[in-house]
Amino acid sequence: MKPVRVLEGRAVPLERSDVDTDQIIPSDWLKRVERTGFGRGLFSEWRDDPSFVLNDQSYVGASILIAGPRFGTGSSREHAVWALMDFGFAAIIAPSFGDIFRNNSSKQGLVIVQLPQGDVDELTKLVKEDPTRLVVVDVDHLRVEVPQTGWQRSFVLDPMTRERLLNGWDDIGLTMRRESAITTYEATSHAPTLTGVFDADGHTR
Amino acid sequence: MGRTLFEKIWQEHVVASPAGEPTLIYIDLHLVHEVTSPQAFDGLRLNGRTVRRPDRTLATADHNVPTDPISTPVKDPVSRRQLEALEENCHEFGITVFPRGHENQGIVHVIGPELGVTQPGMTIVCGDSHTSTHGAFGSLAFGIGTSEVEHVLATQTLPQQKAKTMAVTVNGKAPAGVSAKDIVLAIVARLGTGGGAGYVLEYRGEAITDLSMEGRMTVCNMSIEAGARAGLVAVDEATIDYLRGRPGVPEGEEFERLAERWRSYVSDDDAGFDAELVIDASELVPFITWGTNPAQVVALSGVVPSPDEFDDPDERDATQRSLAYMGLTPGTPVRDIPVDVVFIGSCTNSRIEDLRAAAKVARGRSVAVGVRALVVPGSHRVKRQAEEEGIDKVFLAAGFEWREPGCSMCLGMNPDQLKPGERSASTSNRNFEGRQGRGGRTHLVSPVVAAASAIKGRFASPSEVGA
Repeated sequence: MKPVRVLEGRAVPLERSDVDTDQIIPSDWLKRVERTGFGRGLFSEWRDDPSFVLNDQSYVGASILIAGPRFGTGSSREHAVWALMDFGFAAIIAPSFGDIFRNNSSKQGLVIVQLPQGDVDELTKLVKEDPTRLVVVDVDHLRVEVPQTGWQRSFVLDPMTRERLLNGWDDIGLTMRRESAITTYEATSHAPTLTGVFDADGHTR
Repeated sequence: MGRTLFEKIWQEHVVASPAGEPTLIYIDLHLVHEVTSPQAFDGLRLNGRTVRRPDRTLATADHNVPTDPISTPVKDPVSRRQLEALEENCHEFGITVFPRGHENQGIVHVIGPELGVTQPGMTIVCGDSHTSTHGAFGSLAFGIGTSEVEHVLATQTLPQQKAKTMAVTVNGKAPAGVSAKDIVLAIVARLGTGGGAGYVLEYRGEAITDLSMEGRMTVCNMSIEAGARAGLVAVDEATIDYLRGRPGVPEGEEFERLAERWRSYVSDDDAGFDAELVIDASELVPFITWGTNPAQVVALSGVVPSPDEFDDPDERDATQRSLAYMGLTPGTPVRDIPVDVVFIGSCTNSRIEDLRAAAKVARGRSVAVGVRALVVPGSHRVKRQAEEEGIDKVFLAAGFEWREPGCSMCLGMNPDQLKPGERSASTSNRNFEGRQGRGGRTHLVSPVVAAASAIKGRFASPSEVGA
């Protein structure tokens, strides 16, 4: 993944709670075997509605999504992250997130900014007052700010996620540094394998 | 102080715990399906990597398979391509795969247990959030995304932050007519959709240990609906009896030796949990979801709630939005709401016990005029067993469709979908907007309530049809 240090862009407030990954990308889109092109499916059940905020011309081109509590709950589909990023979002700001979604985001470089509800409400207000206001998400200093207004808050990322974002590290590469530990573990593991359970055609022996 | 079941499994699987980094844990079993794996296999190829342990990896088609007769080709070219990709990828990387129509094919969370490859004390992952189902066997099982699928394929490990533990204790005996589904709907309602986030849940108490393995799977299955990635139940004799004789376990003395080790997969009496939820089983009744998230639950005998019942303005708004989507008016008795479609299936409720319970309600009765009712067994093994017991005949005689196994209408990736505005009584796990088809309205219920609702043409309890 690409390194992420500081993001700067306009933001769009979704103002909905419990936005599950089925809403972010409906299952019809999950049949594809590619990793790209999911942006067209983002929130597709809502985008037909002209009053949906992503159809509001004043927010076109926004790269930061502000959402309500429990964003990204439900299905483990990483397609939700691919869809958000393909659409152009680089960071999501919300009071809380689904655990699997948060994990998936960190693997792709989508920055998850968790702020208390009150701060999310303040930021939403600032953005709605003037959608052209730029929002800055600083992964290096763990800060989110609206420079034009002086509004600024800190956020927390676990240290490893921050390092990985800043350096664009590949998780598998990091883990393979510990290959000897994996091999040692495997030599002592009692857990049964599938060896001998199925024949070459998958029938039980 | 003693250790919880989760802590025991966790400690046994630590490969490395470098300072300042997540713990690297070993994965004993990786289950794979067609939807969340193609991009992971592509990633392996791009980077010249292989599958480290094909002997710890098992694949099945389930999410997008049509439930039409197996002889019918997959009409949707995009679905067909994805199913082919699973087979090709598994052959290329040496992974056992059960394609559509294979005798062992079925929903990934149904086949793992029934083949006996899901075993106590294991770490199990799958690119599916309902992997928590396998926790019913005293294993640590959780859903992962596609990047993590690729990571496990390549390394058989995952970097993980250790979760906190929550005991979910359901004390006392569940009243007659209360099923595992009702128990877990009550738990999700109490915790809310985010209450379990960051926790591994351990279900315990008499109402839990009284459940069959199928019932425990139903409960563990919906852990994610409360935000928890994993839920588990301690091993007892029911666990061991279920596994005895399954293809994935040894026979005779070797099995008994294994079983003796499995009996240690329980929380110690003096183990401490980070949090606890206690529920009195005597307060449980048959439940149903009324809204668009699985925590929006009322009693089947209750009424549709009003936004005015909520103090929090955001919750009022969310309730208003849910009611509008669901086309419901506050105060309407749940039993007055008509249903268009009944779906009995999914990794939550498609096992033989679920089908037996629903068939008992359907036997000798008829699906109401205008209602479409589908029964989708969780696997070919479940289907064959049901047919041996004559359950298929009971459903067919009552006017239900008896279909081929798969995830089906639970998520509407295959042709089994709701049309806009259609309302379902569904034994699945999610009532999200559009989950079962664009504009579809889903109410989650137990298999017996689903069957009774099919017969009455509205939400109904088995007693209303005389069952």
